[in-house]
Amino acid sequence: MNALKVKAYDLRQDVLDIIVSGGGGHIGGDMSSMEIMLTLYSRMNVSPENQNDPDRDRFVLSKGHCVETLYAVLADKGFLDVEEVKAQFSKFGSAYIGHPHNTLPGIEMNSGSLGHGLSVCVGMALAGKMDRRNYRVYTLMGDGELAEGSVWEGAMAAGHYKLDNLCAVIDRNHLQISGNTEDVMAHHDLHARFAAFDWHVIDVADGNDVDQLNAAFDEAEQTKGKPTLIIANTVKGKGASIMENKASWHHHLPNAEEYAAISRELKERKEALLHE
Amino acid sequence: MNKIANRAVMCEVLKEAAAKDKDVVVLCSDSRGSASLTSFADTYPDQFVEVGIAEQNLVSIAAGLASCGKKAYAASPASFITTRSYEQCKVDCAYSGTNVKLIGISGGVSYGALGMTHHSAQDIAAMSAIPGMRVYLPSDRHQTRKLFGDLLKDNQTAYIRLGRNPVEDVYEENNIPFEMNKATVLAEGADVLLVACGEMVKPIQDAAKMLNEQGISTGALDMYCVKPLDKEGLLKAAHGKKQVVTVEEHAPFGGLGSMVAQVISANDPKRVINLALPDSPVITGTSQEVFDYYGLNAAGIVNTVKKALEG
Ligand SMILES: Cc1ncc(C[n+]2csc(CCOP(=O)(O)OP(=O)(O)O)c2C)c(N)n1
Repeated sequence: MNALKVKAYDLRQDVLDIIVSGGGGHIGGDMSSMEIMLTLYSRMNVSPENQNDPDRDRFVLSKGHCVETLYAVLADKGFLDVEEVKAQFSKFGSAYIGHPHNTLPGIEMNSGSLGHGLSVCVGMALAGKMDRRNYRVYTLMGDGELAEGSVWEGAMAAGHYKLDNLCAVIDRNHLQISGNTEDVMAHHDLHARFAAFDWHVIDVADGNDVDQLNAAFDEAEQTKGKPTLIIANTVKGKGASIMENKASWHHHLPNAEEYAAISRELKERKEALLHE
Repeated sequence: MNKIANRAVMCEVLKEAAAKDKDVVVLCSDSRGSASLTSFADTYPDQFVEVGIAEQNLVSIAAGLASCGKKAYAASPASFITTRSYEQCKVDCAYSGTNVKLIGISGGVSYGALGMTHHSAQDIAAMSAIPGMRVYLPSDRHQTRKLFGDLLKDNQTAYIRLGRNPVEDVYEENNIPFEMNKATVLAEGADVLLVACGEMVKPIQDAAKMLNEQGISTGALDMYCVKPLDKEGLLKAAHGKKQVVTVEEHAPFGGLGSMVAQVISANDPKRVINLALPDSPVITGTSQEVFDYYGLNAAGIVNTVKKALEG
């Protein structure tokens, strides 16, 4: 049993509470990316104590609509107060808006418009090389997001500059707003596509598994002379059967009954992990 | 209260047109749901192109289709189709003279708490600065229907901004005065002229009523055609007034207020006051909360007018 695996279910409940309290949010992508962000923040050299240290690791949430999970993970790391986020999310005058905003502690860059994060991270990684600093730079993108041409401009630059201090993760949940990514705009062999841009590519069979993700991040750290892409095969809406693998849950707001059902299942899955 | 959003009316009009004309094509960028165009995509799959989350691609593909004779309607959130795809709008649509209708959905602050990435408060300024680009912000569902009916008949590019939520009717079902590129007079008055576009038209209509009831003779103009601005209509309506107040869901620079002030100052100088969003990210909240906070509602407009008349 791994404490992080259990925590992922506690934080899913936080995400659900944040969304329901704020009256909206991107629940499907939040749930699919929980283990990715949680695992990353368990390894990254960043904390409330060193958040202004030029040597800290950096993370940019390129698929900014999944900010609710970022809030839950940042709160767990001590950057934010989760009860405050729940009380204020999306409310009038609130600092906790529906996308990352860097007036809040722990958030490096504003996002929400898809297709910016990777290029921003190329800049951060280049700066690290210029200044001979050892920090690492991470970004998380959606698979639907990859239709933005800017992603491929960033990918080309990262390969060109051999940015081995850069690691991008794709939340490969196969869904976007309008349906399956392969129907909307097909990616086919993503592994081959990024490899052709001079990236080291790692496929994670279960991107909701902390151990598999940790192994991939280890491999990324050891990879020299190339940026690393982790294709994390996840389940959109992971955590409760009513929302799993359903495009319509991209930004569905659970009603009271759905809220209860999701909470119940999150608890059951957590219990099952505790007894493993 | 009306429950039909302007974007839903747009879908109806485009479906009616597509039934008769196979050259009418709609393009979306993972935005068919947000644009209320899902039923178009389902009904006319052969006249629908999905490009994925790729707004620059969306606009250029639309321009390519249009250059081959299609009547291309590209719909994506207003923030993305304008500023993300700005060069494509400028070069492939306006400069190359293609018949692409650029539909910006959930314009202004419709997306509320999603923040500045999703707000389009620069679109009027940006799009108006492009030679050959027309800019329309219909005020209600009835005017939206009329506007799209006329747009379907012409063959030049245009940008049309629509809001997300249903808005109260400005016009009555069987009385919808509409002339292409002519502002609509909502109220006549001797002392003050209110000018607005899009979702701010209803508030000036209400404000004009309140002011007239309070003895301040006020006219109101629906300038849905921000570009080409109806100069003649504006100057006629402004003639003899003490002051002009413009109201828009846009940044304070380069929008309706700037354009109205330009025309008034050059031809019939008088005080022009611009009510708009601030030059900063707007406060978190729903559209209505944001409007109320910045005085972009009937009461706020009435206050502004009264204060200005005193001062
Ligand atoms: C440039 C841009 N275009 C459109 C959107 C609207 N939008 C928000 S989320 C989303 C779908 C994202 O799908 P994907 O990248 O697969 O994310 P996930 O399924 O993991 O939530 C879209 C189109 C946006 N935020 N930015």
